[in-house]
Amino acid sequence: MEKLMLLGDEALAQGALDAGISGFYAYPGTPSTEIVEYAQRSKQAAAGNVHSKWSSNEKTAMESAIGMSYAGKRAMVCMKHVGLNVAADPFMNSAFTGANGGLVVTVADDPSMHSSQNEQDSRLYGKFAMIPILEPSNQQECYDMAFWAFELSEKYRIPVMIRLTTRLSHSRSGVVRREPLPQNSMKKPEDIFQFMLLPAIARKKYKHLISLQPEFVQEAEASPFNEIKLDAKDTSLGIITTGLAYNYLRDVFGEKPVPYPVIKICQYPIPDKAIHQLYDKCDSVLVLEEGMPVVEEMIKGLAFSGTKPIKGRLDGTLDRDGELNPNKVARALGLPDTYGEDIPEIVAPRPPALCVGCPHADSFLALNEAIKEYGRGHVFSDIGCYTLGFMPPYNAINSCVDMGASITMAKGAADAGLYPAIAVIGDSTFTHSGMTGLMDCIYENTNVVIVILDNLTTGMTGGQEYTAFGKLEEVCKGLGVHPDHIRTFFPIKKNWDEMVQIYKEEIAYEGVSVIIPRRECVQTLKKKNMKLREKKA
Amino acid sequence: MKKDIILAGVGGQGILTIAAILGQAAIKRGWHLKQAEVHGMSQRGGDVQSHLRLSDQPIWSDLIPFGGADMILSVEPMEALRYLPYLGKEGWIIANRTPFENIAVYPDLEKIYGEITRQPNHVLIDADTIAKDVKANRAMNIVVLGAAIKHIGFSVEEISDAIRDIFNRKGEKVVEDNLRALQAGIEAK
Repeated sequence: MEKLMLLGDEALAQGALDAGISGFYAYPGTPSTEIVEYAQRSKQAAAGNVHSKWSSNEKTAMESAIGMSYAGKRAMVCMKHVGLNVAADPFMNSAFTGANGGLVVTVADDPSMHSSQNEQDSRLYGKFAMIPILEPSNQQECYDMAFWAFELSEKYRIPVMIRLTTRLSHSRSGVVRREPLPQNSMKKPEDIFQFMLLPAIARKKYKHLISLQPEFVQEAEASPFNEIKLDAKDTSLGIITTGLAYNYLRDVFGEKPVPYPVIKICQYPIPDKAIHQLYDKCDSVLVLEEGMPVVEEMIKGLAFSGTKPIKGRLDGTLDRDGELNPNKVARALGLPDTYGEDIPEIVAPRPPALCVGCPHADSFLALNEAIKEYGRGHVFSDIGCYTLGFMPPYNAINSCVDMGASITMAKGAADAGLYPAIAVIGDSTFTHSGMTGLMDCIYENTNVVIVILDNLTTGMTGGQEYTAFGKLEEVCKGLGVHPDHIRTFFPIKKNWDEMVQIYKEEIAYEGVSVIIPRRECVQTLKKKNMKLREKKA
Repeated sequence: MKKDIILAGVGGQGILTIAAILGQAAIKRGWHLKQAEVHGMSQRGGDVQSHLRLSDQPIWSDLIPFGGADMILSVEPMEALRYLPYLGKEGWIIANRTPFENIAVYPDLEKIYGEITRQPNHVLIDADTIAKDVKANRAMNIVVLGAAIKHIGFSVEEISDAIRDIFNRKGEKVVEDNLRALQAGIEAK
C-alpha cells in the first residue's frame, strides 16, 4: 500500500478511521487539534458518517464519547494534557463503567510547554485511572496503535489511553495503511448495571477493575509494541525507554546497535518481569522518558529494594523538566556531544505576539485607557491569543491560569473588595467554561465587568468553530445578565471614544456587565479570502 | 546519504511549504522523511522552525541534534542565526536578506549580514526583490529554496515536479509563479 505522509496526530486519526471508529469528540488544544481536524477533512469519515464536530469542552467531549461507547460504537475523545484536567471527572469514572463499544482517550502532552501553561504527564492520569496506556514512538505506531487500542478496549471492556507528545503529534513521516475494519452497529449494553455508578454498584466495579490489573500487565509483557532486548554484551548499563525517547537512543548510536540491554516501553502498565530481568542483569539502569519521571519513580520506589544506581531525571543524569532531544540522551550515555556555534549576541528574541490588525489589540488599548486611573492589577484573563495582551506594548492583563478562570477569579477578587474587577475571555473560551462562572456572578450580582473578546473563532489553535458561535448575547441574556448591560462594539481605532466610554460606563455600573468587542480574527479572514481567490483561479 | 535541514523564519512566511516541497521530492526518490513542525501559540508572529530530515536510511529522531544540521534554510536573516547551534561544521546557511520587522528594536542589519557571511558556507540573497522581479511576489520562500537546492543535492527537475505536485490544486498560475521563483532563486547570486 502507498505511504501517506502524516503528522502523528493525523496518523492516529487515520488509524482510528480504519479501525472502524464512529465518533471523534474533542475541544481544540495544541498539540492535539490536528487529530479531529484531519477527521473533519476526511472523505472516508464523511462517507462513514463519522462524528467529528467540536464539543464545548473536554468534559462534554469525554462524556459524549462514553455515551457513544454505551451505544456499542467505537469512540475516541482527544484533548491536550490540561484538557484532561477538565475531563478528569468522567475520565476517572469511565474506568469504572468500562466500555461497551471501544473507548479510546487520546491525550497529547506538551513537554517544554511550547503552547501550554504546564507540562503535566498524562501517564499519571492513566495510572491513576488504572487503565492501559499506549505511548507510540513514531507515526506508524500512532496509526497501528489506534487499532490496538480499540481491540484492547473491546477485549477488556475498558477505556484505553493513548498518550502523545508534541514532537510526535507535530512531526510528519510515512505511514502504511491496513485494510479498514467496519464500524460497530448500535448495540445497547447487555449489563444494565454497567454505566450505573451508584455506590453499591461502583464498589463491585472497582473490585472488577482491580481484578483486571494483572491481565493488563500480562498484555504489556506480551505487547507487540514493547520491545525487550536483553542479550547485549555490555551489562554495565541497562536502558529503559518510553515512547519517543527510544528514537533519540537509536539516533545517538547511528547505524550501530545499542551496546546495552534495552527495554522499549510503549504499552503500560510497565512490563514488570522484563524490568526485573534487566535490573538483575545490569550494574545500573538509565531511564529515558519524555515528560515526568513516571517510570523512573515506579522502578525506584516500588519494585526494587536493590542498591544499584537508577539514573534518569531524578538523579540529574537528565534535566528534571523539558523535553528530551538526541543531545541530552548522548550526554546521559557519556557519548560525545555535538554543538554548532552559540547564537550571536546580536540576535534579538522574537516572542509570539498579537497579529498586526488583531481586534484584541484595539480592545486592550481602549481598556487600558478606560482603567488607567486605577493602576495595574485589575484585569483577569484566560487561555487564548489574547493572553498575549500581557506582552508590551499592551501590558493589559494580570492573570492566566486555566480555561474560564478569568471570570471566576474576577468574582473572587471582587468579593474581596477589588474594584474594578474585570475579566477578559475569548468567545470560544467563554463557551468552553466561562458560562458557569458567569452564573456565579449573576447569582450574587457581583460587581464585575466581563469582556468577551469575540473574534468569531477559536483563534489560538488555528481557527476552529465553537458551539455558542453567534449566540453570545442570547446566552448572556438567558443566563440572566440585564440586557442594558450587555454592550457590544466594533474594536477598531476610529471607534476609540465609543470603546473607552462603554468600558467606563460598565465599570461604573454596580453589578454584572458583559462587553462584547466583536471583529473577525485577521487570520481566519485571510484564510477565507485566500480560499475565495483560489476558487476564482 | 542524509540531509538534515533546519527551516527557519517567522510564523506565516511559508517555511512549511518549503518543507512540503522538499519532502515530496524526497518521497519520489523513495527516501525516508521526518519533519517536525511548530503549531499553536508559537506560530503567532514569533520565530518558527521546522526540523526536516531526509535520508535513504530509516530515520529515528524527529529532531536534528545540535551540531548536526547540513543546512539552515531561512527566509529571514536574523532567524538564520538563531539556529547556529544546530549547524554542523560543513553545513550551509542559506538566507534571505529582507528582514521581517515585527519587534520593537530590530538589530543592526549590517551586523546580522556580517554574522551570516562570516560562515564559511553561506548564500545570502534578496529573495523578496527577486520574487517581485519575476512577478511572483508571494513566492519569496521558493526563491530561497531555489538558492538552496544545489547544496541539498536535488535536481531542478525533482524540485520542479514537487512544486507541481504541491501547488497543482491552486491552479496553473500559482504553479507557474512558483516555478519562475524557483528558477530565479537558482540563478541568484
